[in-house]
Amino acid sequence: MTAISGNTTGAVKQRTGSGPAQLEICGVTKAFPGCLANDNISFRIEPGEIHALLGENGAGKSTLVKMIYGVMQADAGELLWEGTPVTIASPHDAREMGIGLVFQHFSLFETMTVLENIALAMNDVRDMAVLRQQVIEVEKTYGLPLDPDRHVYTLSVGERQRIEIVRCLLQNPKLLILDEPTSVLTPQEVDKLFETLRRLSSEGCAILYISHKLHEVQALCEHATVLRGGKVVDTCDPRAETAKSMAEMMIGQKLVSPDRGVRPAPGDVRLSVKNLSLVSDQQFGTDLQDISFEVRGGQILGVAGVAGNGQNELFQALAGETEIHGAPDCIVIDKQPVAGFGPRRRRRLGAAFVPEERNGHGAVPNMSLAENGFLTAFRRMALSARGLIREVPTRSFAEGIIKTFDVRTTGHGAEAGSLSGGNLQKFIVGREIMQDPGVLVISQPTWGVDAGAASAIHQALLDLAAKGTAVLVISQDLDEIYAICDQVVVMAGGKMSAARNMADVTIDEIGLLMGGLHDLNGDLAPKQDGGQHDPA
Amino acid sequence: MIRLEPRRQHSQKMVYLSPLLAIFLTLITGGIIFAFMGKDPIEALYTFFIMPINNAYGVGELFVKATPLVIIAVGLAMGFRANVWNIGAEGQLTMGAIFGGGLALAFYDSTSMFLLPGMFILAALGGAMWAAIPAWLRTRFNANEILTSLMLTYVATLILSYLVYGPWRNPEGFSFPESRPFPDAALLPIIYDGTRVHLGAVFALLIVAGGWVLLTKSVVGFQLRVVGQAPQAARHVGFRQKRMVWFTLLLSGGLSGLAGLFEVAGPIGQLQPSISPGYGFTAIIVAFLGRLHPIGILFAGLVMALTYLGGELAQIGLGLPSAVTGLFQGILLFFLLACDVLTKYRVRFGAVNKSGEAA
Repeated sequence: MTAISGNTTGAVKQRTGSGPAQLEICGVTKAFPGCLANDNISFRIEPGEIHALLGENGAGKSTLVKMIYGVMQADAGELLWEGTPVTIASPHDAREMGIGLVFQHFSLFETMTVLENIALAMNDVRDMAVLRQQVIEVEKTYGLPLDPDRHVYTLSVGERQRIEIVRCLLQNPKLLILDEPTSVLTPQEVDKLFETLRRLSSEGCAILYISHKLHEVQALCEHATVLRGGKVVDTCDPRAETAKSMAEMMIGQKLVSPDRGVRPAPGDVRLSVKNLSLVSDQQFGTDLQDISFEVRGGQILGVAGVAGNGQNELFQALAGETEIHGAPDCIVIDKQPVAGFGPRRRRRLGAAFVPEERNGHGAVPNMSLAENGFLTAFRRMALSARGLIREVPTRSFAEGIIKTFDVRTTGHGAEAGSLSGGNLQKFIVGREIMQDPGVLVISQPTWGVDAGAASAIHQALLDLAAKGTAVLVISQDLDEIYAICDQVVVMAGGKMSAARNMADVTIDEIGLLMGGLHDLNGDLAPKQDGGQHDPA
Repeated sequence: MIRLEPRRQHSQKMVYLSPLLAIFLTLITGGIIFAFMGKDPIEALYTFFIMPINNAYGVGELFVKATPLVIIAVGLAMGFRANVWNIGAEGQLTMGAIFGGGLALAFYDSTSMFLLPGMFILAALGGAMWAAIPAWLRTRFNANEILTSLMLTYVATLILSYLVYGPWRNPEGFSFPESRPFPDAALLPIIYDGTRVHLGAVFALLIVAGGWVLLTKSVVGFQLRVVGQAPQAARHVGFRQKRMVWFTLLLSGGLSGLAGLFEVAGPIGQLQPSISPGYGFTAIIVAFLGRLHPIGILFAGLVMALTYLGGELAQIGLGLPSAVTGLFQGILLFFLLACDVLTKYRVRFGAVNKSGEAA
């Protein structure tokens, strides 16, 4: 195919550009065993355009990005770069051409400085003094304050992301790809990032912005391509759409928002934590400092905060996974001090826990659903007798979860690892709810879960609370906290803010608390577009 | 281009069929090798695999050799399932023989029917005690049990040598480094006349059955599988890893000790400097060949026992070097691993097709 024909054949035309597109994707297809990850995908990104790529987990976004960045090769179709067909054999080639990628998960060395990390990722080795000058210049131009000599482990997640962005900008990219860049940022950091991106765009750099946070896409992007099941199912102008209408394009069905019903009056305190301090056993973990809160029966308390601010440590302390050296009453479940108890004794008291990571933490991937049901429920549901597994009740317990929570699977014999993220999460949440817990602690309940499953899980949590259970939801997703919680606390740097009623706290206040002590002064100026975070 | 592509769902049937396929392929490859060495492949294979077991005595020998392998491998498999790597079964076997055999020597003129059961108990305790040392070092100091259990093997062997060269040497034995012969009351009864098959074979079957119940039906077996497959999930629900380290090491140590006693109270009948041709190490292969599953281990133990017997006959009958035993064990392992890889992956030639999967 010649350079000219790229403009006239192949791709489904979304609009007519005046010149060649910065990047045109023509009928790109990529298959994995048993799954067509990308099916004949075509769209174009103009120079200076901020283009959103929308889709649920598993829609094929990451696969497409990997092909653009040269990590994988397409099975069929081609990429046109400024009108010319190109083969991008490796990320090195991609960077040479002017494609930059900011990953969702950072690839940084914690014990090295900012500058050293940047030097490592450059295609050619340069003079460190020259590089330092360039870094400082880029930081100044784009408003990305960052001390080149600080060690990465002392930086907040937002600052770490800046390293990745500076790293890309040093290569003068013509196309910058960002994969879920805001999942780890406070609302204020998000605004700061958007400013940088708008400036880049005005200088002619095309931006491919991948996200499932629709209010952000609305605020930033001019054009959106929606993927579902590996296919382009729709395109739109996000500014002319609502978050709800775009969400429905993504999932291909009507979106049902959770029914909060009539919230019961709060009952007795069922979970209380008083002055809990804990030194993390991880090298770069966060120490918990003087945490206090309580959750009453019927109440859902949300724990907001940027990842890595002590939420994992808090979850493990509550679940009994870490040993606590402190007053026995620093954690109390239903009036019983439990700080010295292991997980099994806490569960016997009626507490249930759902960790963030499904595979290997909440469930054993190579075991069947029946066995995974047995894993946490064998005492409370009497699934064992005289040291032996009672097979029939174990199987019917799993079948009950599958039926009640609409888990899509072949049956109780299916391996947990064979389920999709959303279905496995429904199973795990269902497993705990079926045990009728008095206290439920759940971490990132809908992380990496499709919208359908997410709303089912939210509804289940609301229903559980309505029956008098105290629910603690640890979540990075503010939309989620707004959707289901009655009260919210914020964690930052291992400390916890006082509880606030959801009704009288603004998104900006939460954002400021999330920023905590980490952020540079420049970041703390509140922005007024917080209203877009309200649930759709 | 040849690539390996993970299968989305691997056939459960193939997981169990692949050892059989591996044995079949080993036979074919073995025949080809024999042909190249100028032997008639049919005759050679017959000598190696059929002749050892074409009479009652031969079959008996097969059970005699398989007994310790199966007993030890069942115990080891429990540990391997929980990621506890007891490599020192040979040493625990030796300690079992010393403890149990010591009782027999202490009552060398006894005719009591309680002598043999007492020896069983002491042997199991001796093996378990020897395995308790790595368990303690692991849980207290986080010392790697692979190294500690392996090193203790040599200690145990030296203790046995000291005893049979020194204090326990047979005073009527013309200074040979051997103990007194065990009294009849301390010898395992033969269960099939005309062979050397002893009561230990029955124990081996019981241990296989017990191991199967423990692994697949019991809460403890469930716990050790969770600890092995997903340590974080185990911590989450409060299955303590340290307890599993103790449990699996004591269990496999105890069973190894019992296997050691069955050797000295069975085919050997006394204590000697050398009481095992490396059963404790071969049992590791048996455990994996048997898919870490007691029923599989029963068959794997018989197959490995056959390679020992066939190797001996091949040396005598065909004039082949003794390395032929190791060769066959090696080929067998190679094909087993290859079959496992192909159970989990499919081979693709050339470019990827669009649909990704034909089926």
